[in-house]
Amino acid sequence: MTPPLTVKIETVYSRSPPPRKPLHLTPADAVLLALAFTCVGYVGWRTHTVLDYRWDWSSIWPFLLKRDPVTGELQPNLIITGLLTTLRLAVLGMIVSGLIGIVIGMARTSRRLLLRLIGSAYVMLIRNIPPVVFVFIFYFFIASQIMPALGLSERVRDAGPLIRWLLSVLVGDLKLIENFVIGLLCLSVFNGAYVAEIVRAGIQSVSRHQIEAGDSLGLSRGDVLRFVVFPQATRNMLPALASQFIQLIKDSSLVSLVSIQELSFMAQDVQVSTQRVFEVLIFVAGIYFLLCFSLSRLFEWLERRAALAYR
Amino acid sequence: MSDQRQPSVASPVQTTAPFIEMRGVNKWFGQFHALKDIDLDIARGAKFVICGPSGSGKSTLIRCLNRLEEHDEGRIVVDGTVLNEDTHHIAAVRREVGMVFQQFNLFPHLTVLENCVLAQVRARKTPRRDAEERAMSYLERVRIPEQASKFPGQLSGGQQQRVAIARSLCMEPKVMLFDEPTSALDPEMIKEVLDVMGDLATSGMTMICVTHEMGFARKVADTMVFMDRGRIVEAAPPATFFSQPRSDRTRLFLSQILSH
Repeated sequence: MTPPLTVKIETVYSRSPPPRKPLHLTPADAVLLALAFTCVGYVGWRTHTVLDYRWDWSSIWPFLLKRDPVTGELQPNLIITGLLTTLRLAVLGMIVSGLIGIVIGMARTSRRLLLRLIGSAYVMLIRNIPPVVFVFIFYFFIASQIMPALGLSERVRDAGPLIRWLLSVLVGDLKLIENFVIGLLCLSVFNGAYVAEIVRAGIQSVSRHQIEAGDSLGLSRGDVLRFVVFPQATRNMLPALASQFIQLIKDSSLVSLVSIQELSFMAQDVQVSTQRVFEVLIFVAGIYFLLCFSLSRLFEWLERRAALAYR
Repeated sequence: MSDQRQPSVASPVQTTAPFIEMRGVNKWFGQFHALKDIDLDIARGAKFVICGPSGSGKSTLIRCLNRLEEHDEGRIVVDGTVLNEDTHHIAAVRREVGMVFQQFNLFPHLTVLENCVLAQVRARKTPRRDAEERAMSYLERVRIPEQASKFPGQLSGGQQQRVAIARSLCMEPKVMLFDEPTSALDPEMIKEVLDVMGDLATSGMTMICVTHEMGFARKVADTMVFMDRGRIVEAAPPATFFSQPRSDRTRLFLSQILSH
């Protein structure tokens, strides 16, 4: 006869993990570090000895801020003005290209063949043209035909003070509004195609089962998209969107080709008037780096927050 | 054995017109003939359990009932509404039909409470306060009101499935479809889900369950349906179904799943 089965329940305890092993440098790490320092050092030495160049950073500063000759107030000069335009292009560009991306991305995943075709045509057309070529084509064939017809400048001139103030916050100098809007549209239409692909991938990354659950609860198609698919898709889209929006900031320098007066455009002006080509280039590169770096940190933060939001 | 090609199925508690009616329903996935000439009548309050080997069309059949799958031929009527391309008809049917999935399919970005509230507010236009109240009452019914503010990912599989049941019930459906509701669960959690389903059956809900839980089927079902290769092979009350299956195919299936 077998004895009755008894289970002895032991005291359940948990304790903290053992201390982590301290980091230490392996020989491979040392070799890598040495190589990196050698490369950087060599380039520095070449530039210093071979490139005979007298660095002079001081001639840049007057182009950041200037004093008004009449009132004596400090005002933004070329570089800061350009930077502000770049910032406006970046922020508004993200919004407009985001909207274009959502619309086209939804069209690409639609059940209607015609919408899918329109969406694909847009993405294929733009994605397969080099950005520089697109900027010129957009400027000469689309913008310069449509903008005069809109009569934007006249409308702005006749607008009330509140609208004028709002617009000046959004686009800066109202005299240059057409110039700015062309740059913004060019950038957004172009980037919208890439955002559309990210949105499409995001929508398709949400499991079919989620949509079925929404359908079976009687939610309308729009509600399923808005409350079930998009919140989950957005989370999956964040890393790709971060890259694309950083790309957008950098691409904003391309519209200087058609005289949109943003940072790169102003930088060329400053290069011409100061004859300090390298200093201005490096200085502007630093500004772009700071902008893009801050944005990528912002997206990292967003990703962390999204990851904490559930699970 | 049985040379009857397609048994006509009627639930024992049949009163007037059947609540759900399937006539000559056929469905293909590409070249694959998934449902073959399905005829089925389900009365209000009936408890159907559908079983059969995998790939026999059980899930496809119940997914046709709320048009998660479109049938290619035949006629499906749910509570007087004919299921066809008409989106109004589909919406009307989906309001009456609740569904519980094998993988729970809770919305991971919403709390348990929000999972239960969303469709009430959006599809039924229930005021939020009433929706929350109803959600809490159903969460109590599935015995997890204390989890209301958690996210689905923080719950066990059994808890998630009970939330999924509560979420469906919040829409006050007239019939509940269960698509292998316990197949993705650890053995320890199957019972808690089956208990909730048992309670639901007692309350008079019309239920159509695809499941391999034969103990549950014996206790709850009033009609057992056995499917094989897209056909309904046999349909009978559980007493006769388990003791005197008419077809050899059913007998073989039962011997395989009941042998251990």
